[in-house]
Amino acid sequence: MQRIGVFVCHCGTNIAATVDVKRVAETLLKEPGVVHAEDYQYMCSEAGQKLIGDAIKEKQLTGIVVCSCSPRMHENTFRKAAERYGINPYLVEIANIREQCSWIHKDKEEATEKAIILGRAAVAKVMLNAPLQAGTSPVTKRALVIGGGIAGIQTALDIADAGFEVDIVERTPSIGGRMSQLDKTFPTLDCAACILTPKMVEANAHEKITLFTWSEVEKVGGFVGDFKVDIRKKARYVDMDKCTGCGECQAKCPNKKTPNEFNRGLNNRSAIYTPFAQAIPNVPVIDKNACTYLKTGKCGVCAKICKAGAINYEAQDEIITREYGAIVVATGFDTIKLDKFNEYGYNTNKDVITSLELERLMNAAGPTGGHVVRPSNGEDPKTIVFVQCVGSRDTTCRGKTYCSKICCMYTAKQAMLLKDHYPWLDIHVFYIDVRTPGKNFDEFYRRAVEEYDVDYIKGQVGKVSEAENGRLLVQASDLLDNRQIKMEADLVVLATAIEPNEGVRRIASMLTASIDTNDFLTEAHAKLRPVESPTAGIFLSGVCQGPKDIPETVAQAGAAASKVIGLLSKDHLVTNPCTAKCNQVYCNGCSNCEKVCPYGAISYDEQMVIRFGARETTRVATVNTALCQGCGACTVACPSGAMDLQGFSNRQILAEVDAICR
Amino acid sequence: MIYSYFPGCTLKNKAKDLDLYARESAKALGFELEEIPEWQCCGGVYPLASDEIATKLPSVRALADAKSKGQDLITVCSACHHVIKRVNDDMANVNDIQTRVNNYMGLDEPYLGETTVLHYLEVLRDRVGFDELAKKVTNPLTGRKIGAYYGCLLLRPSATMQFDDPENPTILEDFIRAIGAEPVVYAMRNECCGGYVSLKAKDQAESMVDRVLSSAKAKGAEELITACPLCMYNLTKNCKGEGMKVSYFTELLAEALGIKEVQS
Repeated sequence: MQRIGVFVCHCGTNIAATVDVKRVAETLLKEPGVVHAEDYQYMCSEAGQKLIGDAIKEKQLTGIVVCSCSPRMHENTFRKAAERYGINPYLVEIANIREQCSWIHKDKEEATEKAIILGRAAVAKVMLNAPLQAGTSPVTKRALVIGGGIAGIQTALDIADAGFEVDIVERTPSIGGRMSQLDKTFPTLDCAACILTPKMVEANAHEKITLFTWSEVEKVGGFVGDFKVDIRKKARYVDMDKCTGCGECQAKCPNKKTPNEFNRGLNNRSAIYTPFAQAIPNVPVIDKNACTYLKTGKCGVCAKICKAGAINYEAQDEIITREYGAIVVATGFDTIKLDKFNEYGYNTNKDVITSLELERLMNAAGPTGGHVVRPSNGEDPKTIVFVQCVGSRDTTCRGKTYCSKICCMYTAKQAMLLKDHYPWLDIHVFYIDVRTPGKNFDEFYRRAVEEYDVDYIKGQVGKVSEAENGRLLVQASDLLDNRQIKMEADLVVLATAIEPNEGVRRIASMLTASIDTNDFLTEAHAKLRPVESPTAGIFLSGVCQGPKDIPETVAQAGAAASKVIGLLSKDHLVTNPCTAKCNQVYCNGCSNCEKVCPYGAISYDEQMVIRFGARETTRVATVNTALCQGCGACTVACPSGAMDLQGFSNRQILAEVDAICR
Repeated sequence: MIYSYFPGCTLKNKAKDLDLYARESAKALGFELEEIPEWQCCGGVYPLASDEIATKLPSVRALADAKSKGQDLITVCSACHHVIKRVNDDMANVNDIQTRVNNYMGLDEPYLGETTVLHYLEVLRDRVGFDELAKKVTNPLTGRKIGAYYGCLLLRPSATMQFDDPENPTILEDFIRAIGAEPVVYAMRNECCGGYVSLKAKDQAESMVDRVLSSAKAKGAEELITACPLCMYNLTKNCKGEGMKVSYFTELLAEALGIKEVQS
């Protein structure tokens, strides 16, 4: 006979304000098999867990139902508590009466009724729970970092310094990412290259780090501790071992008409190129869509002049398979496309540029050698207008609803640096709010206003168009002064919203890592597990998780690394015992389960089976519990009901349904 | 193809050219405009009071009439188009307006925004096609530098009007190209002409018109076209200085199709 204990949590007022917790406990006590029911303010607290322990001892409980928050929050807490007090942890069931009940309902009567039903279902299920024993699986002591920007580099360095091997996969020809495109960095104005390039060199030289640049993740298999990843090394057409990085090929390449991605299209590059002078590795790639030889078979200039004989037009993409214990996503961001923001005239006027383009213009290694000019005619600007929140905090469905977080600070930075170089400049900044939370951030912004005399105007720009004299006409409103503004400018800089890099959806689906409506990767818990994905073994670093500046990115990169180090330090991981199991008496050998299994955990072979008293040798399914992740796909696909998921058996699910419908 | 046609009051008085050449050109282009019987004034401005239904009724009557014939509803006047399109949107999406209007109207079958509302230019672009139009042009307006003046009513609110990109529209420029002339793109082509402010503050309307005209002239436009009688009024009556030639787009359409005699 089962002896079930029910524990109803108030969660402060989170549950108790909407659900009559006392009544839930009283009603569930009347359920058959329930011998104990009580409620408590915080069941997850030390005192709450002790209540459960005491009841286990006093009432000799054989199963426990906790009516509380989502199992994602505290299932583990209560399982551990049960184990401590002598009950198999898999004899604990959670009825989620917070996220799925109290938080979403207003009517107390209805919510209480629903909480009772959810509790009843959990009781019905726990009656059929069997004690399960967790197994172990080995850990491959190597990490994969996807993305070679500052986030990826820092994560890789921290993991490697702890003694573990790390691979960085970067899809562009060089590591460095967005930060390598920047001029100076707020709030201390160090030059981005001066603080980034040493880290790039360190990552390249580190004996534990392997760089796969001009490469992409192609396929991900396996699970935490034992991922198998296919990496596509795209054909570089330049032999990494032979190339000396002399740069002669780039200088002599006759085809120089491709927009330079690194300079955001402000100038052109050759078909064989390294994105920037400090690129790592300092080995060029040939853009096969631009190269005359690869397209027509004529030219071959680079091969002729390369003294090292490094050019190989016959190169092919190569796919290699590597094993990892953990994967860190550090895929970064890009600025949004401005096709839907024609009021700013970005697509129709060359002198309207994004802030990232301005970074390239201000950068000494940029297309103008650091001289800020009007892209339309190369003249020096006299008036510059900055527009903040272009596509950020947008309520028109054209941009992003969130704050991109970095724009207020970099705009203040750009304004001050411009004033330093060109003191005669007239600079206006249009803003909705100036947001500068961060160490020494507000002081930085105030310096722009007070010392540099940058004109901040609260209001949005409605239209940027070409004035009759060829300058730009900016129409805007000044909300504090309640007046319409029309001013002429020579350059308009748009603080464009940032979004996760293109391709992050593909990466996320390969990793089965969840993303939000804005394509940012979701963390396992917004406050308590900010650098982990809900998918075990997947970690998040940098802007792929949400907008961040460089200091925050570096901090998060370190945090992600420490989580990876914690994982890789273990020799074995405890596996989830809720795996599929085949009842071979019923199995008819149809292979449906094998076909649907996403983890390749099911195989078929001839086995001796006793069916209805007779021995026979027949083809039946076997589950490799080390590979099975307990997704349950096979149990649905099995036509004869032979496949069952331990801890979530068909009988248990139906018992829950029955209890709900009763 | 037969369309229900809502000409609107201005087209029966001040803007007869807009109406006449729309009908004549339609025949040449192979579609027919069937005037809605006993249509009533659209009201001129879309009522912004959210509890207002009386001024929406004329639009709904026209829309329901078109629905009963299974025809799409065409307008030429920007103001009529603006009002009818927005009322139709309310009838499709705003529950309160739907209920109250239908309760009042007492139609056999409630009207719930089923009719498709098209501006004449949309018919040219989406039904006839500018390429087809160009083939039917017998008298191309070669060498004429024409600035398109959009005004505001056709473009905004863009989510409802669904006419063209409100910041960088192209439909009138494509039209100008189709009739053989050269479109002149200028910054103020989608700015307000002043609208009804000319009744109250003429000088203000003048300064707004002045901005439009000087912007167009600076870019080399020699004449303007518009679809809106109110824009036409402001651009021609409230301009300082010598002004500019302004025509309805249908006049030039008829001219290009060889229906209208070329004015000297």
